[in-house]
Parts: sequence; C-alpha cells; structure tokens
Amino acid sequence: MKLHEYQSKQIFSKYGIKIPKGRVASTASEAKQIAEELGGNVVIKSQVLVGGRGKAGGIKVAKNPDEAEQFATQILGMEIKGLPVRKVLVDEAASIAQEIYLGITNDRAAKKPVIMASSAGGVEIEEVAKTNPEKIYKLHVNPLVGIKDYQARDIAGGINLPREHWNAFSEILKGLWRVYNDYDAELAEINPLVITSDNHLVALDGKMLIDDNSLFRHPELSEMRDTDEDAPSEIEARKFGLTFIKLDGNIGCMVNGAGLAMASMDILKLSGGEPANFLDIGGGASAEKVAAAMRIILSDPNVKAILFNIFGGITRGDEVARGILAAIAEVKPKVPMVVRLVGTNATEGRALLANANMITAETLLEAAQKAVAAAKGELK
Amino acid sequence: MSILVNKNTRLLVQGITGSEGLFHTKQMVAYGTQVVGGVTPGKGGGWANENIPIFDSVKMAVETTGANTSIIFVPARFAADSIFEAADAGIPFIVCITEGIPVSDMMRVRNYIDQKGVRLLGPNCPGLLTPGEAKVGIIPGDIAIPGNIGIVSRSGTLTYEVLYALKQVGMGSSTTVGIGGDPVNGTNHIDILRMFEDDPKTDKIVMIGEIGGSDEEKAAEFIATKMTKPVVGFIAGQTAPAGKRMGHAGAIIEGGSGSAADKIRALENAGVKVARHPEEIPSLLR
Repeated sequence: MKLHEYQSKQIFSKYGIKIPKGRVASTASEAKQIAEELGGNVVIKSQVLVGGRGKAGGIKVAKNPDEAEQFATQILGMEIKGLPVRKVLVDEAASIAQEIYLGITNDRAAKKPVIMASSAGGVEIEEVAKTNPEKIYKLHVNPLVGIKDYQARDIAGGINLPREHWNAFSEILKGLWRVYNDYDAELAEINPLVITSDNHLVALDGKMLIDDNSLFRHPELSEMRDTDEDAPSEIEARKFGLTFIKLDGNIGCMVNGAGLAMASMDILKLSGGEPANFLDIGGGASAEKVAAAMRIILSDPNVKAILFNIFGGITRGDEVARGILAAIAEVKPKVPMVVRLVGTNATEGRALLANANMITAETLLEAAQKAVAAAKGELK
Repeated sequence: MSILVNKNTRLLVQGITGSEGLFHTKQMVAYGTQVVGGVTPGKGGGWANENIPIFDSVKMAVETTGANTSIIFVPARFAADSIFEAADAGIPFIVCITEGIPVSDMMRVRNYIDQKGVRLLGPNCPGLLTPGEAKVGIIPGDIAIPGNIGIVSRSGTLTYEVLYALKQVGMGSSTTVGIGGDPVNGTNHIDILRMFEDDPKTDKIVMIGEIGGSDEEKAAEFIATKMTKPVVGFIAGQTAPAGKRMGHAGAIIEGGSGSAADKIRALENAGVKVARHPEEIPSLLR
C-alpha cells in the first residue's frame, strides 16, 4: 500500500529526519489558519497517490494566508489523474540551494535492499535513470548486517556531496534505513532532500510503499489505506480475500491460481475475446467466496459472459460447483456462463452443475472459444 | 534419477498439526513419500496421522529421524522463523509452501541460507513431484505420470494444467518443480534448469514463467549458452496491465520491465519454442 506524502514525512520526522514545519488540512479555512501560524511563504501541496502533482497544478506557493486559502480552495476541488484531492499539506516554503534524491528499495534480482542516491534530485528517479543513469549511485546492503557508517560516506562521496554535509547526510540515511526496516517498506524515498540556503538538510517530499504482506505487523497502517485509486469492485474483493483486478473487456473470469488466471485471460484474447477482469479465487476456495466472486464480476455492466476455469488441487471441484449454484440462486445472472472443471472432485462438481443450464467445456482452449462466442451472443 | 526428491527422501513436515499441514501430510504419505516426522512447538511427543512422531523442534526431529528434507506449512507470520530453524538444524533442502511472507523477511532468510549453503524452494510454491517416487508439496499426484520431461514453473495450478495436458497424450515427467510466485525466493529457473541439464532421466524441459522480474530473461541466456537439451516455454500474463500485481506478489510489470512480450522474445531468441497457450505444450515437445 502507498502512504501519502504527509504520512511518510511524519514517519521520517520520528526517525530524526528534518522535515519542513507544516500540517495537513481538509478545508481551505484550515489551510489559511495553518498559513497564519507558520507565517511567511507556504507551499500548498495536494495529497494524492500519483506522481506529477506539480505539473497538474496541484502544488502552489502562497505569499500570505489569504492566498493560501485561495489556492487551497482551488486544489481541494481538483482531480489529479482521476483521483480527487481530499487533503492538502501546508508546509513552510524552503529556500533551496541543492536538491538530492535518496531512496531505499528492494532489489529482487540481488535479493537485497538497494540504496539509490543522486545529485539530480527533484525529478522522478525513473526519469534520471533514463536520461542520466550515471548520475544514480547505487549500493546494496546486506539485510543481516544493516547499513554501516562507511557505506553512508561512500554514498555521500559518490554523489559529490560537499564534505561539510557528510555527517548530517549519514544520520538521515541511517534514519531512512530504520524507517525502511521498521515499516517493511518496499520503497522509502526522500525526493528532494534539499540543502537549504542556510545549510540544513531537509526532507521536502517523501514517499513510502508498504509491503501488503507485512500489514499484520502494522495494523495502524492498514487503517491509513487510501482506496481512492482502487475500483469499488477491487475493494469489495479484498474483503473476501479475493484478488480481483478490473479490466476493460466483456468476459468475466473466475479462476483458481494466479498463473492459471493470467493464462486464462491470455487464451481468451488469443481466441478473439477480451477479459473483463483478473480474478484468483485462491486455494481451497469455499462456496461463500465463489458466490462473492460472482457478485463482484456481475457488478460490471460490461460483462456479457463468464468463464469459470477451475483446476482442482487444494480447491475441490464440488465445493466450487456448490458456490456457483448458490451464487446463481442469489444473483440470478442473465449472461451465459461457460464452465470447465478439472482435477480434484471434478466429476462430482460437473454432476452438481448438470442441471444449472451452463455451457461446459473439456479443454481450456474450448472453454475460451465458447466464452468468446457466448459474449457475442452466438452461444447460449 | 530425478532431481531434489526421490524415494530416499526423508521428509519432515513443519506445521504438521495445522489443517493444511495435516491434510497434505496424508496426501504425501498416500503417494508413498517417506514422511519421517513432524514439528509443532508445544505438541512434541504426540503423533500425527497415527504413526508420524511430532517434535517440539526441528533439531530434535532431525536427531531422532535423520530427516534430510523439510516442508513448511506454517502461517506467513511464523514462516521465516521456521526456515531459519530448519537451516540451523542442518536440513539441506527446505520447501516452503506458505504464501504471503513479507519480502523483508525473505531477503534476510535468503542471505542467511546462502551463507550456510542450504537450498530453499519457494515460498508461495506448490512444492515438487517426482512421479512414482515422491511428492513433497501439494501438486495432485494423480495428474502426473513418470516420464522424461522436466518441468519448472512459477505458478501452481498452471503447472497442474500442463501436467494434465501431458498425461492426456501419454507424456510423463521426471520431476516437476514449482519455484513459486514471490519476488524473493530460494530457487530460480536457472538453478532448476542446470539440474535438469545434468539429470540423465530428463530429456526435455518445460519452463513456465510469468510477468515480473527478469528471471526468465536470465534463464534464456543460460539456455542459449549452457544447455543442450530442448526447452519449451510458456509465459503467463500477456494481457496483464502494467503496474498491477496479478495475484502473485512477484507478478507485476514495473518500470517498463518484466512484460510477457520481452520474456517471450528473449526465450525465442535463445531457441526456445514458446507455446501460445498451455495445451499447445505437448505438441511442441514432440
């Protein structure tokens, strides 16, 4: 899950990393009040979970509290890349002498955390990687040892940081390392880390991505989840422990196993159809889960047919068949359904579905071709 | 011959009294796997499935039973601890079925076991199957027959699909290995390809990959430079959108890399025949 800038910076601050004075506001009058308290120039920053906020007009500098209120009104009414702005961060404006990039992320190929730093801060690191890859300094850290002082100095020197800032930089890097570890982050990033004109190092912007698998260790973070960027069907699916991703096609898919679910989508496309979703009902799926999955698929008005591909292993074919029957009784779907059941208890499952008026298939290819025909109204 | 597991495998089940652990222990015993013991802390001294001794620790289990392989079914929050425990008790080959282990845990585990020279398969994998000899994991035994095809895969049920399609035309497998769908795991495609290349019982290989990471691209290079046996490939996720995790934590196209098209191109350039769908694999093996 992604954290907002203000949430990330609050965490950084707890770990000794200096951040600008400021607070988050949900209304323009709150923003005005914060600007009054801070005095001087303030930055009004939209809090949405996408990049490119500045270019979209979601970040503005205000010279006085009235201007802060006016900009906050504008920004709070905006949508950035389809996401509504619900909060703005009001920070004191910094005078910037230099911008640095500093981030720690998982390197899956190296099986180790990697620290990335660059003197070309303030722009997205992917952009720097494309245009000036030599400007990114990378260093892998053994996760059993953690970061050492010499490594911090190595990085400071690697990005040509003036020596007078090495100690402060080292403390910030070690703080960020502890944040990355304590929060099981997939990414902890300060961009930009600025050297101010009065020679302080301040984290002007922050970004954190938390490993969803670690949320059992961070219940307080789960409560902070912003679901604005997720489709309502995806949020509903999460409640039932289903992995669902909405797509643009018209054939709903219900499959057990992530790899098989992807392969089923691919074969639909190969057969001339378009999948409406990715859905993995997981191992050992119960009838209740299957019924929830069917409701979620049918909540999409584009869906013209449903393909069920169940390969029984831990998941039992008869259990899934019972779920399908329960869901049909409850939802009363009007679209044709193609079902393919193989593996554990598939025979029992097929017998249960014999009277359910479903189209059956033996092979995956046959199932996909029938689903495509059914979606076109050629097969009922 | 086969790779990693065979009829001499002496298996220990960590988490043997949980519902998943017990269910699959019974399945593995029924298949003929030698399950010599189980571990559930606090339940040592008891018995599972009537005649399998339960121990409080892996160390005690190894001392008593001479187990040489361990399989882990414990919940995600305790799974990393279980892997460390097995490695410290001297188990040389550990299979972890558990799904949902934090990546931070897995990075520490991987760096630790690499120092000890221990091999880990998984996590978030279906385990492995040497048809007719041993089943260590959750792959249904009845969908595979013994044969000369080595299979390595990142996906569970997709592997079953391939085994089933092969069986329909009378083709069997030497060993089938599920390496799992997590971004940081213990064993990758290349590790298994190397073993198949050296295994006299394996004549042909099927490699099943999916979107995310660069394992398949590296495997393609390995196949082109180091392998003599023919390889047939399949990559799932050709229709997957970028930036979305397709169920598996590792299956995500990010930063413009890890797409199915890139992987298929790399494999084809390495001389691998790539199937368009799983049921096409048997005909490409002929």
